[in-house]
Amino acid sequence: MSKPAVHNPGRKLFSSKIAAIVVWTITILWTIPTFGLFVSSFRSKEDIYATGWWTVFLHPHFTLANYHAVIFGSSTQLSIGDGVLPYVVNSIVITIPSVIIPIIVATMAAYSLAWVKFKGSDFVFFFIFALQIIPLQMSLIPLLQLFTGGAHIGHFTLIPKLGIAGHFAGIWLPHTMFALPLAIYLLHNFIASLPRDIMEAAYVDGANHFKVFRQIVLPLSVPAIAAFAIFQFLWVWNDLLVALTFASGTEEIAPINSKLASLVGQYGSGWQLLTAGAFISIAIPLAVFFSLQRFFVRGLLSGSVK
Amino acid sequence: MSTILSTSGPKFAQVLIAVFGFLAIMSVIFWIAGRANGRKVKPIANVVFLGPAVVLLMLGLIVPAFQTIIFSFKGEDSIKWVGLSNYDWIFTDPDMRKVLFNTFLWMLFVPIFTTLLGLTLAIFMDRMKRESVPKSLIFMPMAISFVGASIIWRFVYNYSNGFKPQVGLLSAVVKTVGGHPQNWLLEKPLNTFLLMVIFIWVQTGFAMVILSAAIKAVPADIVEASALDGASGFRLFRFITFPSVRSTFIVVLATQVVGALKIFDVVRTMTGGNFGTNVIANEMYSQIFVQFNQGKGAALAIVLFLLVVPVLIFNMRNLRLERSER
Repeated sequence: MSKPAVHNPGRKLFSSKIAAIVVWTITILWTIPTFGLFVSSFRSKEDIYATGWWTVFLHPHFTLANYHAVIFGSSTQLSIGDGVLPYVVNSIVITIPSVIIPIIVATMAAYSLAWVKFKGSDFVFFFIFALQIIPLQMSLIPLLQLFTGGAHIGHFTLIPKLGIAGHFAGIWLPHTMFALPLAIYLLHNFIASLPRDIMEAAYVDGANHFKVFRQIVLPLSVPAIAAFAIFQFLWVWNDLLVALTFASGTEEIAPINSKLASLVGQYGSGWQLLTAGAFISIAIPLAVFFSLQRFFVRGLLSGSVK
Repeated sequence: MSTILSTSGPKFAQVLIAVFGFLAIMSVIFWIAGRANGRKVKPIANVVFLGPAVVLLMLGLIVPAFQTIIFSFKGEDSIKWVGLSNYDWIFTDPDMRKVLFNTFLWMLFVPIFTTLLGLTLAIFMDRMKRESVPKSLIFMPMAISFVGASIIWRFVYNYSNGFKPQVGLLSAVVKTVGGHPQNWLLEKPLNTFLLMVIFIWVQTGFAMVILSAAIKAVPADIVEASALDGASGFRLFRFITFPSVRSTFIVVLATQVVGALKIFDVVRTMTGGNFGTNVIANEMYSQIFVQFNQGKGAALAIVLFLLVVPVLIFNMRNLRLERSER
């Protein structure tokens, strides 16, 4: 024992100075790409093509032109004549129901499986838990067919043509379906651990299951619901595959993410606009990240299987 | 500006109708079902609470999974049976072999890098006094979509030909140290690894945060006792810290394997699968929406499923074990 005993000697695996240097080096490396794009989004087209963004510290020259062009449109350089705002609106319109509806459906199912037990309810829960292993790629073709053609057995129409392909409902529904296994699993874990006394006191007082669900289960489940809501919000906002599949070819409902993805290919002519567009699209999740960091981490931890 | 307002109004109206309509319908059903009494109370409650989830899961996951299995043995329009020819194509076509090989590279390198780097950072941060700022900054890319991350990195990988100045960071650095910048995204097989960097950049923070939580959960008295017994530095890590976080380490590793197997957004946005960077999930998308071949698309989905299943089952068992231990 050559080192003097500090109050927590075990924590001294490596010298803290070296550790700090390594960590800060990686932190800077990790931040530079985002920072570079951020700086570039405030530079003019000519500057972006003429010099690297890092030269801006020697010759500061900034402009809001990119943001102006991207927000108010009127640009002929990229095919976003109306600006990106309609696509941001689409993202919001897609995200809100895709977060709220699966949460309600999943909370109901979780309450039933945890507190209104029937023969086989444990098996149903395990089955839903196991559904998490199905990658959503397995569902894309059949769901598209269902939305455009309905379901038939021979000449008998089981489910009529839903006609929601190319509408927002055609994106809300897949997001809701794909969210359920994880949501039910997480909420069940939480709801099953609610105190039995409270539930039984309510039942004795004559409350039915629906009253208990609304007045006891929902309010008490807020922490679990919040963690899942943040996870689901990020998942839907940042999603590309579901949006491309179920909104393909329908510009009016395309979210900002899929619009940006399609613009990347033609960036040669309008780089400066893409930088501003990208920052607008990541501003909202970043704001959520920095304001709700604790919930955010919890949500991600719980969703790590998805 | 006026057009955006006029088009957004009806869209937000749809949101309100969807959310409040759904809530209203559920309230009415709750009200009606709540009036039941006697022996029917429980079955009715079960049907009302569980019914929507079961219907959605049947329509959205269970039935489609079986349909996809059937489609994978059919032709491009899902009508004619073609036997195993879609699978035959996946495993014998030279282009497809390349796709499988790329996916294998992703599965091999990405999890190792993210998890080891995450572990290193978690250990080093445990030594630091003020870890919250670097932790937030390294974790931040998790909030950014893969599309956003791809745009960020496309700028880093930018290449100017001729005598124009290099405005991409990578090209500029290579030039500064005396190398020759290239059109990075066209260089095989380097480009596949450059795409992996994006994924690693996003996911390292996730691995770090989870492993950091596990390290902090190692009981301080165990660590102190072994330190008093003379363990320090690497030995302490090897015999005390790592065994305590090993199950978490494996869970994170497996999560990354699944993520790497399913990788789609980065490849789609950066190269569209061209220049030798294609992977299974992207080829599947191309088969369905570019080639309009549902049979091949379905077979690729099945291959992806078969690759992911063992890892996920393993991971779920680990997660359960880990939770029951605590």
